[in-house]
This record gives sequence, C-alpha cells and structure tokens, in this order.
Amino acid sequence: MRITRIAMLAGAALGASAVAGVAAPHNATGTVTGVVTYTGTPPKMKPIDMSKEPTCAKQHATPVMTESAVTGPGNTLGDVVIYVSAGDQGGGTAPAQPVRYDQKGCQYLPHVAVMEAGQPLEIYNDDETSHNIHPMPKLNSEWNKSQPPGTPPIHTTFDKAEFIPVKCNVHPWMHGYFAVLNTSHYTVSGPDGTFKLEGLPPGKYTLTAWQERFGTQTADVTITGSETQTVKFVFRATPY
Amino acid sequence: MRHQSPVAALVTAAAVLLLAGATSAAAQESHIGNLTGHAASGKKLYRRYCVGCHGPDGDGNGENAQWIDPKPRDFTAGLFKCRSTPTGSLPTDQDLFNAMSRGFVTTNMPMWLPLAAQNRADLVAYIKTFSPRFATEKPGTPITIPPEPAVTIDGILRGRATFQKLECWKCHGPTGHGDGPSASTLTDSKDNPILPYNFAAGLPRFMCGATNQDVYRDFMTGLDGSPMPSFADQLQPAEAWDLVHFLRTLQPLDTPEALIWRQWVATHGSELKPIGPDNGGK
Repeated sequence: MRITRIAMLAGAALGASAVAGVAAPHNATGTVTGVVTYTGTPPKMKPIDMSKEPTCAKQHATPVMTESAVTGPGNTLGDVVIYVSAGDQGGGTAPAQPVRYDQKGCQYLPHVAVMEAGQPLEIYNDDETSHNIHPMPKLNSEWNKSQPPGTPPIHTTFDKAEFIPVKCNVHPWMHGYFAVLNTSHYTVSGPDGTFKLEGLPPGKYTLTAWQERFGTQTADVTITGSETQTVKFVFRATPY
Repeated sequence: MRHQSPVAALVTAAAVLLLAGATSAAAQESHIGNLTGHAASGKKLYRRYCVGCHGPDGDGNGENAQWIDPKPRDFTAGLFKCRSTPTGSLPTDQDLFNAMSRGFVTTNMPMWLPLAAQNRADLVAYIKTFSPRFATEKPGTPITIPPEPAVTIDGILRGRATFQKLECWKCHGPTGHGDGPSASTLTDSKDNPILPYNFAAGLPRFMCGATNQDVYRDFMTGLDGSPMPSFADQLQPAEAWDLVHFLRTLQPLDTPEALIWRQWVATHGSELKPIGPDNGGK
C-alpha cells in the first residue's frame, strides 16, 4: 500500500510541478515532522470499570484508562490527527483500501480511525459480547446497528468530511472517532506526541491538528523539494 | 413552437417546469395516500400548533422545551425514531404522518389525530423543510414485513432464545423491565438520559405504535436518535416474528402470545433457564 501511495503522490507531484512551474525533481516529496504539546491542565484520565461486562474486563490485566486526552512526558498529546487542510493538489478519488476499526476488549482500536471521504470502512467485533456501533455524525447520516460476536464485519463509508464521535450504547465507556477527511495527506500523533507526515509534493500547505477535546490548531508550511520541515502544534488544555 | 399543437406545447412546458422544480417541489410537498400536503399551508399550522415545543426554527428549542422531558424532536437533524425505513435513512411521508397522528405516548407530544388529515399532511410537508436532507436525499425503502405467522409456543421459545443471544436484556433487562445492566447509562444522540422500553409497564407504551407490525419495525429499523439499534442484519423475518411474539409475553396483558405462554409456563416453567449473563435462557 505504501508503494502505491508513493507512486500516486509522485504522479501528483508531477502534475503539481507541471502546473506550478516549480523546478523540483520529478519524484520529490517532502516530510513534515514534529511534536504535539499542550499548555495548561488537561483532564485526568480515569480507569474504566468494565465489571458489568466480565468478558471484556478479563481481557485487561489492569483497567484501561479513558482516552479523551492522551498525554505523555513533556506535556505531549497523542491521538491528534494532523492533516492538510489547504494546498492539497492530490487526486480526487478515495482509496479502495478499507480502513479497519476493531471493537476489542470493549475498546475501539484505533481510538481515532482516519479515512478519506468515500473510502470503505470495515468494522469488526472481536469480543464475546454484542456491541452496537453508533456513529453520531452531523453531516453524514446517523445510523445505529447491532453487531453480535462472530458476525461478519460491517462495511460502510462516509461521503462527507467530518469528525464523527462513535459510541456503543450497551457499553457506555466506549468512545471513539471517525476522522473523515478530504485529503490523503494525514497522520496521527503517537503516544509520545510525535508525528511524521510524509509524501508531500512541493507546495504551500496549511496543516490542521485536531484533538477531540481541545479543538484545532493550524500551521503553515512550504515544501520545495524532498526536505524535512519541523512544525510544532501547541494546544491549550483545560480540565473540563 | 408556433406550429406545435396547444396540447404538445402545454406538455413541453409542464415537463420543463417539472424538471426544473422537481427537487424543490418534492421538498415542499408531502404525499400521503391520496393527499398532497403543502409546506406553505403547513407553516401557518406549525405556528399555531407546534412552535411552542419544536421552536420557530424547528430545532426542538421552543419555549416549552426547557420544562419537558423527553425533549421535542429537533427536525433540523433529519433524524427520526419511528420509521418504516432502514437505520440511517429518512422516514417516508407516511411515517411522519403516522407519528404526528399517533403522538408519542408518555411524552408531551400529543396525538394530533383530531386535526384534519389535510392539515396533518401540510404539516408533514412543512416539517421536512427544516432539514436539508429532505431536499437532497430520498426516503429509504420501507422494509418488507412478511405476513405474521400463527403464534406457537415453539416460536415464542425461539424468540426467547433470540432475546438472550442478541443481548436485548443488557438494556431491557432479563424480564423486560427496562432494568438491564446498561439501562441507567443510556443517553440519546443529544446526550440526554433516556430509558429503554419497559415491557412490563402496565399499559402498552410503544411510542412507535402498538401493533405487532410496529414492534417488528422497532427492532428491524432501529430507533434512530436513540440507543436502540437496528437488528435487521441479524434476524431473518421468521426469527423476527418469533421475537415479536416473545416480547408480547413480557407484557402484563392478555395477548394471545401471553395466554399461550402462561399456559406452557404453568406446566414447563421449571425447564427454563433465566435470561441474563452466564449463558442463561433456553
């Protein structure tokens, strides 16, 4: 998949070069790296009590923590989606490769699933209990389906770019997100807050970083060739 | 054009008008049986009958809304509970007409049946103008409900096994009292607390209609905007009917299902494993 993506982006870079008249090597794509941090006080993550669902509770030696603000040493923030919100000259069609979303141990894995508008999404129930998968969009259609254990994955897609909260009504602690984007240039910060966004053709970009509680931050970056630029995102964290 | 017959000219003109106005016309009209409702007429009726709860913008923020629970429907979301159409799709005009006519028992939404049918059809047309979804999207295709089979004890027992297997009891409780382990944690799509249906309540309080067909639709289409999902992917029609018949036995009423059930339980009750965790249920 990575090879295909680089090939696609190389093609886009060719196109971009031709249009913009930028004298860059034909296959040049740049990289943006950085770290996401916060100032202020984030909410404390709490351990989740899964005793009402013993089939899930037994899968965790220690209780899992809530995930609305994933912090790390150095005031870093994980699970932040970083994506190109302006300047993207990429091709129009969404990839056919499905994005996978798992319900496992009564958690959503990954906590934030990123996909392009129109890209297939496959939702799996890996647990011994039923879940109901209930995305709550504002722009896309809201639906709610039961998914018992051992049943096939649910295949779906979202047509409009949007950050969609997802919940399971049976297990109220389960919270996740579908980040549906209009760009193929995106990444998610790791538990240590670091991120690396590769494959950017030469051009001027606005990058947006989204965190589920603290909103968005933006940064402008210009790529001229195959260099690596560093960008920092700093969120203002509040405990409530 | 001059040489075209008057009829042909009229037909052409009508076709042009129809095509041009198709989407917007559909969004301003409702069709229920033989009735055509018009949003312009519905607007005046809405101002009189509905605005107090549903608000002038149709978003459920009328001046009464702060005093009532559950909250009035927010029409701007295009999300409706009582439909004949699959989860995620828009209701039909008939669905909206029925919901309005029936009202929502136990809530502040009255039964608007006393309004003339034309008035109700006009209101349906106006209500659809609050959400952009109705202008760009067609309603879902109503689900097919096959004819109801005769009630048998075997069917009821299969329905009971389904109630166990699909984990309905996690919200609705092992005896359908709405007291399952997840019941107290439920919230609707606006994060308001909401309770699952209590089958053991004295009077039937199904908000989307009290017939067996209505109950069939409840779990096959899901009640969008609420925690109740659609089980359409998990149930064949025969299994769905068995579940309907079992659900009737949870009610303290003398339905045919309940009478058959009680007779069987009187002699075979000890064979039943209780519904709930640890693989209960038969």
